[in-house]
Amino acid sequence: MNNLELQKHANDVRKGIVTAVHSAKAGHPGGSLSSADLFTFLYFEEMNIDPKDPDKEDRDRFVLSKGHNAPGLYSALANRGFFPVEDLTTLRKLGSYLQGHPCIHIPGVDMSSGSLGQGISAAAGMALGAKMGGKDFRVYTLLGDGEIEEGQVWEAAMFAGFRKLDNLCVIVDNNNLQIDGPIDQVCSPYPIDKKFEAFNFHVINADAHDFDALRAAFKEARETKGCPTCIVMHSLKGKGVSFMENSIDWHGKAPNDEEYAVAMADLEKIGAELEKAGEA
Amino acid sequence: MADQTVVKIATRESYGNALKELAEEFPDLVVLDADLAAATKTSIFRKAYPDRHIDCGIAESNMMGVAAGLSLTGKIPFVSSFAMFAAGRAFEQVRNSIGYPHLNVKIGATHAGITVGEDGATHQCNEDIALMRTIPGMVVMCPADDVEAKAAVRAALEYEGPVFIRFGRAAVPVINDKPGYKFEIGKGSIVREGSDVTIVATGICVDSALGAAEKLAAEGISAEVVSICTIKPLDEEIIIKSAKKTGKVVTVEEHSVIGGLGSAVCDCLSANHPTLVKKLGMQDVFGESGSAAALVQKYGLDAEGVYGSVKEFM
Repeated sequence: MNNLELQKHANDVRKGIVTAVHSAKAGHPGGSLSSADLFTFLYFEEMNIDPKDPDKEDRDRFVLSKGHNAPGLYSALANRGFFPVEDLTTLRKLGSYLQGHPCIHIPGVDMSSGSLGQGISAAAGMALGAKMGGKDFRVYTLLGDGEIEEGQVWEAAMFAGFRKLDNLCVIVDNNNLQIDGPIDQVCSPYPIDKKFEAFNFHVINADAHDFDALRAAFKEARETKGCPTCIVMHSLKGKGVSFMENSIDWHGKAPNDEEYAVAMADLEKIGAELEKAGEA
Repeated sequence: MADQTVVKIATRESYGNALKELAEEFPDLVVLDADLAAATKTSIFRKAYPDRHIDCGIAESNMMGVAAGLSLTGKIPFVSSFAMFAAGRAFEQVRNSIGYPHLNVKIGATHAGITVGEDGATHQCNEDIALMRTIPGMVVMCPADDVEAKAAVRAALEYEGPVFIRFGRAAVPVINDKPGYKFEIGKGSIVREGSDVTIVATGICVDSALGAAEKLAAEGISAEVVSICTIKPLDEEIIIKSAKKTGKVVTVEEHSVIGGLGSAVCDCLSANHPTLVKKLGMQDVFGESGSAAALVQKYGLDAEGVYGSVKEFM
């Protein structure tokens, strides 16, 4: 898929995130927006998946270890056709299948997650299961840069590195902000790349908002044999919505009606520019 | 002399043997351990099927997640560690990564209760039944002997969904090697009929209950002994029926009296047939170092202790 198409899809994914969180009056827009390009790239280009057959056996798997970014995942799945985009407005509401954090019963969701540090272990288990069963699907998991403060992440990294799970690709969304402040001021996990290297990962640094960079990184990951890959993705929290960008305030807060209007206007403007670029 | 004919086997040994014996029949079975294969006895399985044994190192939280992931690729993982670490340290991983998605993961937790012995309180888990009972959809079993332990492992493999089985370190008498023995998840059994008092016991305490019933009989007290392997889902029918018959219930478990078998029995009876219940077990205290036999005696969970408590209750 060309970059312009991906950018358009990513912009739709961002609209879905903002709309879902606004409708829910709660949720996590900041990290969902910083990962929106990644969700788009995975579901529209990288992964072997089929929205008509979400459970097909040879599909690639994705585990959202930073499960609080469910709005981002749900919006990507909806825009990719796993379920209706209109359902995004039921997020977090009683009776909705779109639970506050990913639930395995949602079409396209491969694992329940949300308690930080746990998703990467499940992803490692899936990757090992593929190897033991002689299956060649790949497993992707997305972690927050704050999430990697959890000890379990490093238990899983040790396991994956030791087991040489080269069908596992760990992505860290390095937007540099966690709830209590910048990650290097709360309990710094830096240097992230060196840490994963020490756990026997092949590590790639990439720009989270550049599809050429993401494409090159995932190609390199696929071609890396004998060890798992970690892509440290340098991102902007709240990307795409002017007042949310690089702001801790929007980690886990919903926009009110006026803020929602501004956010959607920001995204409409980006959308219009992309349309114009397409015509040029 | 009679004692020499009693066969004693630790249920952890039964666990290791059962895994090996069932490996061909269940080709998707894989076994995970956290650097305790020699102690949990999964080493018996590992020796025969090294490619199906995954040592996760001393990292129980990750091991639970790896098991969850493996189950999502069609494997049937049996995850092993001491009860303290399987149910205690990794509680939240079991809850969120196995229980919530209701995955087909089996947890074989050995070294449960005070019969861990000399290692002392840090390793004597008296809380695992309570913790595991609270997870929706989790089956919780505590076999009494070699026969029941092996049957429980098979039943867990045949069942689709999360299962927790508690095994012990110390060798215990084989009491279920009787013709016609049948095992079913959720079914208890009357191992001795009586009319004056019901003793509901689980795990190694079934043997103590039987010994106590023998002593009580000598004094004209007729005790019915109900053996409960599956604490969840509980066989309510067998407990209510026996309580109606005897009117008095004593529960016995190598576990805290808070949240374990005793609590489950009280939950059942208070809603269905309010009955006076005396709960024997660890009375809200930590264990300590000592031999298994000495500890069981000190905390009143041997036949003599149960006998004394029941008599006092009558």
